[in-house]
Amino acid sequence: MSGLTYETVAKFAQQGGTLYFAAIFLAGLAYALWPKNGETFSRLAQLPLEDAELTND
Amino acid sequence: MKNLTDQKSAPLDVVLLYVVVCLGALGTLLATAFSNDHLFRLHGWVGIIAFVLAAGVMTVGISWGRFRSPQTEYEDGVVRAGVIATMFWGSVGMLVGVVIAAQLAWPSIFYFPDFGFLNFGRLRPLHTSGVIFAFGGNALLCTSFYVVQRTCRARLAGGIWPWFVFWGYQLFIVLAATGYLAGITQSKEYAEPEWYIDLWLTIVWVAYLLVFLGTIWKRKEPHIYVANWFYLAFIITVAMLHVVNNLSLPINWLGHTSYPVFAGVQGALVQWWYGHNAVGFFLTAGFLAMMYYFVPKRAERPVYSYRLSIVHFWSLIFIYIWAGPHHLHYTALPQWAQTLGATFSIMLWMPSWGGMINGLMTLSGAWDKLRTDAVLRMMAVAVAFYGMSTFEGPLMSIREVNALSHYTDWTIGHVHSGALGWVGFISFGAIYCLVPWLWKKDRLYSDRLVEWHFWIATTGILLYIAAMWVSGIMEGLMWREYTPQGFLANSFVETVSAKHVENIIRTIGGLMYLTGTLIMSYNLWRTVRLPGPVAGEVPVPASAKPAIA
Repeated sequence: MSGLTYETVAKFAQQGGTLYFAAIFLAGLAYALWPKNGETFSRLAQLPLEDAELTND
Repeated sequence: MKNLTDQKSAPLDVVLLYVVVCLGALGTLLATAFSNDHLFRLHGWVGIIAFVLAAGVMTVGISWGRFRSPQTEYEDGVVRAGVIATMFWGSVGMLVGVVIAAQLAWPSIFYFPDFGFLNFGRLRPLHTSGVIFAFGGNALLCTSFYVVQRTCRARLAGGIWPWFVFWGYQLFIVLAATGYLAGITQSKEYAEPEWYIDLWLTIVWVAYLLVFLGTIWKRKEPHIYVANWFYLAFIITVAMLHVVNNLSLPINWLGHTSYPVFAGVQGALVQWWYGHNAVGFFLTAGFLAMMYYFVPKRAERPVYSYRLSIVHFWSLIFIYIWAGPHHLHYTALPQWAQTLGATFSIMLWMPSWGGMINGLMTLSGAWDKLRTDAVLRMMAVAVAFYGMSTFEGPLMSIREVNALSHYTDWTIGHVHSGALGWVGFISFGAIYCLVPWLWKKDRLYSDRLVEWHFWIATTGILLYIAAMWVSGIMEGLMWREYTPQGFLANSFVETVSAKHVENIIRTIGGLMYLTGTLIMSYNLWRTVRLPGPVAGEVPVPASAKPAIA
């Protein structure tokens, strides 16, 4: 019998999944809250208000 | 960038589409000629008409030197077409909804034994697909094409191919709708169209994805605006869901019947993985993209918190995809999978409410506009309904609550608070904004008619969902009522007849919502016919000033 039973796969999926989701969430949070990105974000928050027509360049 | 209007010969994208259209005409002609399945031949004829018409229009257009894509202008023609299609299919889909609501309220009047194709079973998918995919889908298509161009400062990629996406999608709608009436269905909720219609939609959807990605690829703005992230998540995830859930084997290549690859509880799980993410990605992510563009634009205020919008996006898409199993409580699905679905549904409270707060707080500094601007008020109410129905949904996903609510009208009420309140109102708001911008008018024809639309439709929604809460909880309680001897107290038909009054109220609510949509269509039609800017005057840029009269 190999060690690849339902229990081991389920345990890996459950614990690994928890860690994976936590890591992804923390990465997203870090990107969103990174102080250096603040300037870009405040410019992007204004983006819908700008009305740039297309130019030929 | 070279200006294509100078070229004499037809551009490559046009030639390519012309070949595809001619092959389509040939293919449908052969399939129709050799098939002995009369329902398949019916759809063959729809295909022949569509492709031959398209080939004819393209032949004339190419010989007249049309179909050029000047890179110095936005492609707004296809957006205008999408706006018209949205209002048309919205009116049709909602009308069918009112008809089937009347069938439930007065079965002896609205049941037509001589016209089997008008039975509730045939009309119900026509209504659901009509409002979700035809109305909602066209709203997503046209707003995504508008928003991606403005926020990337680039013309739509693919030359004529955005038009293929538009007309290809309309063909999908016509095939699906005529199929439901004729009895062509694979009996999967919200995925009823048969295998060849699914294949066609896959082609159209891949073209949509490529047009959208191509536009982002050539953007002049270094960052990708958050609305485009939501649109992209919607397009990619719907492609994945559609392909996996519709994996099936036709019994022959010239017939309409097929059998799904997945059977039993696996099939049920795949179906509800698809079904719930049709809610999460089609009806939520795409319309959140609308919120993140049109609410700031109309309020003339920046997004309340761009940081929150990033957290909103990533947590929403990572959590939603796991919520499907809550549709299968108390079934053969393993209980841990049911619990997983419920847990992720409850976790969705956070991104949903984060997004709602972000949308509503974008109005800070502009709250006074809610009093004067019915369009902005409509979008604010949409966001409030988004918050309400995404509060209710996780509640209903808890197994013990689901034991009462599942299979009852409560579910129908929940869906409609999301669909009429959130999806409908945010789309109406976006389209009220778009029409003056696209047709170069400085205002809507009548702001009073917008007020009428707003109040009639809002009252209609409240009547609808209140009636469904009452009837849903009542029938749920009646189904589980026992006599002292341990027998079920109520027969099924008793629980149906007990809902008669609520069914009438729901019909009235739906009729009011439809009335609002028709008022809006009239208002938009008159707006398009308003006199444009005076000749010689410098035209106002399309979206320079939101029309607030």
